[in-house]
Amino acid sequence: MTLSIGNLQFLDWKNLDLTIGDGEVVCLVGESGSGKSLLLRAIADLILNEGAIELDGAGRDSMSPRDWRLKVGYLPAEIFWWEDTVAAHFLNRPSKQALESLRLSPDCPGWNPNRLSMGERQRLGILRLLDREPEILLLDEPTANLDEANSSLAENRLLDYIREKRGGALWVSHSSAQARRVGDRAFRMKDRILVALDSETGRKDG
Amino acid sequence: MTTETIQLDYYDILFAGIIVVGLGILLGYYRLGVTRDLAIASVRLVVQLFLIGYVLRFLFADGREGYVAIMAGVMLLVASREIMARQKRRLTGWSGFGLGASTLFVSSFAIALYGLLVVVRPEPWYLPQYSIPLLGMIMSNTMSAIGLSMDRLTSALHDNRAIIEQRLALGESSRDAILPYLRDCIRTGIMPVVNAMATAGIVSLPGMMTGQILAGSIPTEAVKYQIIIWFLIAGGVGFGMVAALKVIEWRLFDERQRLRLDRLD
Repeated sequence: MTLSIGNLQFLDWKNLDLTIGDGEVVCLVGESGSGKSLLLRAIADLILNEGAIELDGAGRDSMSPRDWRLKVGYLPAEIFWWEDTVAAHFLNRPSKQALESLRLSPDCPGWNPNRLSMGERQRLGILRLLDREPEILLLDEPTANLDEANSSLAENRLLDYIREKRGGALWVSHSSAQARRVGDRAFRMKDRILVALDSETGRKDG
Repeated sequence: MTTETIQLDYYDILFAGIIVVGLGILLGYYRLGVTRDLAIASVRLVVQLFLIGYVLRFLFADGREGYVAIMAGVMLLVASREIMARQKRRLTGWSGFGLGASTLFVSSFAIALYGLLVVVRPEPWYLPQYSIPLLGMIMSNTMSAIGLSMDRLTSALHDNRAIIEQRLALGESSRDAILPYLRDCIRTGIMPVVNAMATAGIVSLPGMMTGQILAGSIPTEAVKYQIIIWFLIAGGVGFGMVAALKVIEWRLFDERQRLRLDRLD
């Protein structure tokens, strides 16, 4: 699966081009307010935007908005829950195995979401996204609310999924260290353009 | 078996007014603060009702189609303005006023027409003695319901925009994403009518029926009118509200099912 973005425009951002493909993770860092979340929401077609966006050659406008968002899954930075139980947010009740892989209680699908801690909300949010089996992941700081151990579990869960699916991910990260660790390529969003992270440091990653 | 109605003169109004004056003095004495509002409202009540009394007297004496239409048009304009005034967040552009006016027009005019042509059948059908009170009762209830439910829906969408966006992001349709708020709005709008219908005659004697009885009608006849009126009101309220919420949904989501709160003021 290859997501190609050509000449994307939203608000006062212009001419953004980016291609993500075949199991690739592209990381994005940048100061808050630099427009990283807006970029993800524009790609998911949640905010007004224009541009030529294609998934394996199929144009976004040729698909219904629902199909597009199921294929190109967006994980917001803050995860909300609105039904009475956690399980009601899933199409398929999360397996015990999947819950354990993120150190979540096997009982938590039956809980009222009010009971969840910030970290649990975040980790269950990741499972909720993967439950829809998207091809491309748009991740907005998926590990921001997690401690180190849980953060690396979540990282691995996401990377495994991306490799298995041979999809791709645009991963917004709060740390350049994580960006270099999980990203095949990394960019900094600055003054409304994407600058390769390598060119900043003069370092080339393997 | 129509008995003669007791004629009221201006002194009778004055005597009734003494009660409100007394209340105003009491509220003022304890500095409860609503004396001014009460005074203004009382004066407005007297002035507005006398004016409408003369307008209706003229209308009934000269029941030409054109005058009835003008009266109905004025009622529609005032009610639409009232709906708009009740909105905390209005739709931008023409749809702010147009939404209230058009949905109110479609629902209450259609229902009033049905009531006149099919149910009550006065001769001629637009006879102002029937058409104006009928339209007025349907429209005032519809106006409240549309105003209330629109305000609630736009507020709900505004306040829950993050949740709605996440539901859309998970592949839900815009309709599914706002269904709980739609349900809540329909409920809020229609419940006053449902409650009034369910308690009519037990807890309260509905106003129109009481009026007819005071004017000398046989209670069993007055009851028939009241039942018809409630059915017409329920129709106006329900259809008007559904139309209004539908238009809001259609305006606040675009063709790519994106939530477009930028179309709210």
